[in-house]
Amino acid sequence: MDLNLTSEEQSFRDELRAWLQAHVPPPFVGDTTSEEGKGDYFQFLRDWQRKVCEGGWAGLSWPKEYGGRGAKLIEQAIFQEEWARAEAPPLINVLGLSLIGPTIIAVGTEEQKKSHLPRILSAEEIWCQGFSEPNAGSDVASLTTRAVVDGDHFVVNGQKIWTSLAHVADWCLLLVRTDPTVPKHKGITALLVDMHLPGVDVRPLKQMTGDASFNEVFFDNVRVPMSNVLGKVNQGWHTAIATLMNERAHLGTGTYVQFKRNFDQLISHARRMQRHGRSRGTDPIVRQKLAQAFMELEIFRLTNTRALSRMNNEHVPGPEGSILKLQWSEYNQRFQQIAQELLGPVGQLQGLDNGQWVYNFLRCRANTIEAGTSEIQRNIVAERVLGLPKSY
Amino acid sequence: MDFDLNKAQKLLQKSARDFFARECPSERVRALMASETGYDEALWREMADQGWLGMLVPEEYGGLGLTLVDLIAVAEEMGRACLPGPFLSTLWAAALIDRAGSEGQRQQYLEAIAAGDLKATVALLEEDLDWDPDGVRLRAEFDGRDYRLNGTKLFVTDAGVADLIICVARHGEDLLLLPIKRTSPGLAVTPTPAMDATRKFSTVMLDNVVVPATETLAFTTATRRALLAATEVASVILCAEMLGGIEWTLASTVEYARTRQQFGKPIGIYQAVQHQCADMFLMAESARSAIYYAAWAVSAGDPLATLAVSIAKGYCSDAAREVGNRGIQVHGGIGFTWEHNLQLYYKRAKSGEVLFGDATHHRELIARHIVDEAE
Ligand SMILES: Cc1cc2nc3c(=O)[nH]c(=O)nc-3n(C[C@H](O)[C@H](O)[C@H](O)COP(=O)(O)OP(=O)(O)OC[C@H]3O[C@@H](n4cnc5c(N)ncnc54)[C@H](O)[C@@H]3O)c2cc1C
Repeated sequence: MDLNLTSEEQSFRDELRAWLQAHVPPPFVGDTTSEEGKGDYFQFLRDWQRKVCEGGWAGLSWPKEYGGRGAKLIEQAIFQEEWARAEAPPLINVLGLSLIGPTIIAVGTEEQKKSHLPRILSAEEIWCQGFSEPNAGSDVASLTTRAVVDGDHFVVNGQKIWTSLAHVADWCLLLVRTDPTVPKHKGITALLVDMHLPGVDVRPLKQMTGDASFNEVFFDNVRVPMSNVLGKVNQGWHTAIATLMNERAHLGTGTYVQFKRNFDQLISHARRMQRHGRSRGTDPIVRQKLAQAFMELEIFRLTNTRALSRMNNEHVPGPEGSILKLQWSEYNQRFQQIAQELLGPVGQLQGLDNGQWVYNFLRCRANTIEAGTSEIQRNIVAERVLGLPKSY
Repeated sequence: MDFDLNKAQKLLQKSARDFFARECPSERVRALMASETGYDEALWREMADQGWLGMLVPEEYGGLGLTLVDLIAVAEEMGRACLPGPFLSTLWAAALIDRAGSEGQRQQYLEAIAAGDLKATVALLEEDLDWDPDGVRLRAEFDGRDYRLNGTKLFVTDAGVADLIICVARHGEDLLLLPIKRTSPGLAVTPTPAMDATRKFSTVMLDNVVVPATETLAFTTATRRALLAATEVASVILCAEMLGGIEWTLASTVEYARTRQQFGKPIGIYQAVQHQCADMFLMAESARSAIYYAAWAVSAGDPLATLAVSIAKGYCSDAAREVGNRGIQVHGGIGFTWEHNLQLYYKRAKSGEVLFGDATHHRELIARHIVDEAE
């Protein structure tokens, strides 16, 4: 065990730090809470990712030949800390970077890799993930969006729902049913679908935050070339599992950066706010709650690093990886409640910090639903990690 | 950067696990619990032979000169076995001697500790039960040659069996570390049986106990820091031990959930049960992350070591108790019996929780760092 950086890692960090110092743009002025993916902030983030990509910092652990850096997995841990330290803006193409790209690397054809990976990195192609359907959420394998072979094409009909970023996406990793006659896991295929094709209809859904960052997506006789099958026909469930594993393994990095910044902001508020002539940061109850949150945030960061280190050394995810999703989603919900409690009525004002506390308080409710609900995560831990009998 | 035990440490852990499974089964634990001191001479000798008493002792004093990261691999197994005895106390004292002692004192004491010939402890707590050395009030009178102690120390771990008690006292503003031999006149050790019989606490009364000034652990303004640092080492060892207890409780609960049948099915098929187990696992892995970090930070002298220790001890204190709560619930009635070993771990988690400060204590220390210091 050695959490000190090797000289190689140190030069990685120094180089990254220097790059960030030179390139992190001044904070965006305007509404940054919105995920709607429209308007200036979206463009701002897209430009930022292009710059990051040109600097060679997108796709850290991706192979060099596809525009990645070929870095060791553990360097992600360094990356997250430097990113947080520099207060650099997030990368917009998060689904492409953390789920879809790694899946293409794992099971894609050479052609798919060449054509998509560099564009995912540069944010030329924004990606979305078309898994959930109105009647297939947690039980996503029961999906019914159909794809039928017609010559060298699949013809897709059906509906997806809750598809984040679909309204701005250029591409979609779509799960479709290609064989309805076999058990549900065995008749699914993963397709790379161009969202600009005729027959794709995206209808934004407004969320409780007021934003519309996810959508319904309808497919009406959409013709997808056979060459866009990711993995093998009827083996899309394997592809999906790979994606979901990546989702669990990699989303942590980005969320930590955001959470840490959010946490630091709350600490400044605690110091600044006064009651009875004393800073709220001196209140023993406030201190206890902030410290508890800090402890949990640190433990999430450490577990993420431990999981990366394991993957780096052993090339298979260890059991600790299976708790990351629970850790970050439930931490954030507890943290946002503490934040509201500390800020009091001011925390509910749209005028405070651009309404970010209101937004975060509401948005965090989705954390334990998206990317696999907490109940499903606990089922997975119980059954796959602890070996308890399957409950369904 | 590498955030895992290395091969040698994993092997060490495995051999410690086998050793305790063989040498310290639960019947032996229960017998030791029923004894006044919880000390087993033969077991202690064997542990010395394995080198575990001297893992942190420098090689020049007969130790193995290993790091805290190596040690936690073994300490976890002690926790898994629910091992009674003065290991933690002795290593706490050793860490203190190593930091505050003169060359001669280190030679004298550490060598004996590594060899298994000296058991030791630290007498810190007083009436207000403050783990902060600043709370120490016990006065040491000085007559130009000797220190003279009068007063009471509370919750002294393993004082009943320790050959040496390092008493933390005050002379003027100075903090003193005074080694008192078990046989010193005026020293009275009264056991104070508590909920967890695997850890033995005593009240230590000092009635004109004389310690020659030449025997004080070399004191400087760094005494306080040495005490804090040694307590950090001990806290990490305790956390690792608590993790072993957590792992035992988790494993035995999962095993029970797999085999116990109700409504014609193993209870582990029910999600209400599964999710209790999943939460226990989450707490175990979270504790592990925090402990590994703390052990590394302390052994590497990282500037954030103190904070890391508070994160580990703060988290483990709550987690160990909570894992026990869940474990008992999943076991149903059998989990509430004297006969089932769960109760041993449950009580031990509770005594571990308060030792070196509970979660509330450590959260306040964390708050000083994150709210006050960076201002
Ligand atoms: C903000 C947000 C963004 C999203 N983005 C995307 C996206 O980009 N792409 C995409 O494909 N999907 C996306 N989703 C969808 C998300 O993956 C699903 O909402 C999620 O998988 C749950 O499915 P569901 O909503 O149908 O709920 P259901 O599956 O109907 O679940 C309802 C409740 O029942 C519980 N439950 C269900 N099955 C079980 C079981 N077996 N055991 C115990 N409890 C169970 C659930 O935990 C939940 O509490 C997004 C969701 C949100 C909220």
